[in-house]
Amino acid sequence: MKDASPAKPYALHLGVIALLFGLSFVLPEYHHGLLARIMVLAVFAMGYNLLFGYVGLLSLGHAMFFSAGLYGAGLAVIHLGWSVPAAFAAGLACGALLALVIGLLALRTSGVAFMIVTMMFAQVFYLVILYFAAWTGGDQGMVVPQPMRVLVLGSTSLDLTNPTVRYMSALALFSIVLLISLAIVRSGYGRVLVAIRENEERTKMLGYDTFSNKLAAVVISGSICAASGAAYALLFGYVGSSFASVQYSILPLLWVLLGGAATTLGPLIGTLFMYYVIDVASGYTSAYLLIVGIALILLVLFFPRGILGSIRQRWLGWLP
Amino acid sequence: MMPLLTTKGLSRSFGGLRAVDGVDFALMPGEIRAVIGPNGAGKTTFVSLVSGRIQPSSGMIVFDGADITNLPAYARVRLGVAYTFQITSVFANLSAYDNVALPVQRTLTDGRSKGAVHTGVMAALERTGLADRADMPAGQLSYGHQRLLEVAMGLALKPRLLILDEPTQGLADSEIDNFIELVREIADSATVLLIEHNMPVVMRLADRITVFNAGRILAEGTPEQIRANAAVQDAYLGTTHG
Ligand SMILES: Nc1ncnc2c1ncn2[C@@H]1O[C@H](COP(=O)(O)OP(=O)(O)OP(=O)(O)O)[C@@H](O)[C@H]1O
Ligand SMILES: [Mg+2]
Repeated sequence: MKDASPAKPYALHLGVIALLFGLSFVLPEYHHGLLARIMVLAVFAMGYNLLFGYVGLLSLGHAMFFSAGLYGAGLAVIHLGWSVPAAFAAGLACGALLALVIGLLALRTSGVAFMIVTMMFAQVFYLVILYFAAWTGGDQGMVVPQPMRVLVLGSTSLDLTNPTVRYMSALALFSIVLLISLAIVRSGYGRVLVAIRENEERTKMLGYDTFSNKLAAVVISGSICAASGAAYALLFGYVGSSFASVQYSILPLLWVLLGGAATTLGPLIGTLFMYYVIDVASGYTSAYLLIVGIALILLVLFFPRGILGSIRQRWLGWLP
Repeated sequence: MMPLLTTKGLSRSFGGLRAVDGVDFALMPGEIRAVIGPNGAGKTTFVSLVSGRIQPSSGMIVFDGADITNLPAYARVRLGVAYTFQITSVFANLSAYDNVALPVQRTLTDGRSKGAVHTGVMAALERTGLADRADMPAGQLSYGHQRLLEVAMGLALKPRLLILDEPTQGLADSEIDNFIELVREIADSATVLLIEHNMPVVMRLADRITVFNAGRILAEGTPEQIRANAAVQDAYLGTTHG
């Protein structure tokens, strides 16, 4: 990526945001709700992609950052009666702090050891949630009461359970994180992250403290995933331990691989694709996971770099 | 005048092999110093110790009056010790531009505006004759151009000590003349430590020459003194480049 004119990438990203905005007015109710959820989870995938795609660190524990946001926000509302913005901030702060601690410990390792260490920490986090069932609801989870899911802005109050408000809130979060990702990727810092992925030793010999750079990336990635979790709790009203299970550490990896690692829009495409394949397949057969599996294998065979990654490689070299 | 770089009893063993063995070395500011010696003499290991890529078994390294023996490599780079790799180690999947932008953006202190990065990158690429290849992935450059890209990356660090490990390997004869000019230019603002097998290049560039053999310094002196030194003739010049 040269310091080329930023017009094309920014136009593309703003276009995607405009498209999602317009879809809100035409989509039937079912797809409208599904897309709101997909946008929130795409934020999770974008956070994961920053670390996996750009820095090349494969974590198998990102469910803990998502759940840190989910529980941070959910518990603040349910037990402390905090307002929506305060609860969102609490979720974000929990994720950032957790990411800092996990980063300091896990970044002593790399490669397979990093995968295992992050997975173990996430497992501990999961068990802690189950252990403190009195506050967390254990494996039942908790529902965030509807009256508490109201965003008061001055004299207007927005009901987050209203489908349009919910969709627009999800879109707002998605857009902010998408534009932040784009800015990071195009910045000097983004260039350093890619350099670490390509050759960490060489990057050190250019005077970069690669540990600190990686730590910052873990914290940013964890914070974005926590933002997604916090938004999930507040918009969809459910805080459950399944989101902390290993399945939710692997899902963002799949979404990112599908959409294209190290592409800014790949996480959205991957999440969207996976949800709709499941949606369509489960309409035909109860063995829909089989179809999902076949779709995944075909994709890996024909688009090894993911959907957007392959498009970038073959046709659109300027894609960020 | 105080030396820019000194090593005292610097040693590094690999298993039983003493690759660098008690080296006392001093380098004056502004010098172009060539390091020569047969294959396996310990030249790369020696400069790797100086740059911090590997840790010494014993001994001490002083740069500009400060003991840097225990500093991590990146901190030494920040003090002004730049190392270009013998085995070409550019970022193959990044463009030549991005390869040079990495060191440029780090050394810019006056804000990292994209304009300033661009100016710095193009200046380094022009000095090494790679400007028209800025957008090519570094891995697709010819071997010689990758060597030059290494030099451009070293230059872009604005080093006080630039260590070049066999930079002319793989360059065509026509490129070597330009390269010699380039090193002379660099030497106006930096001290150069040059490991080189190509003796004509060494003789044209070096102020002084240090000869390594079996991990130790065998001889040191001006190009004329080294040419006349019988021990060097035996160990190196006579045998490998006769
Ligand atoms: N990482 C390593 N592990 C084990 N042995 C090593 C290592 N690096 C270097 N050596 C050995 O140390 C000795 C010195 O190697 P070094 O690369 O410093 O020599 P050199 O003078 O640079 O040679 P050349 O002219 O071939 O580049 C050699 O015998 C080499 O095999
Ligand atoms: Mg060598």
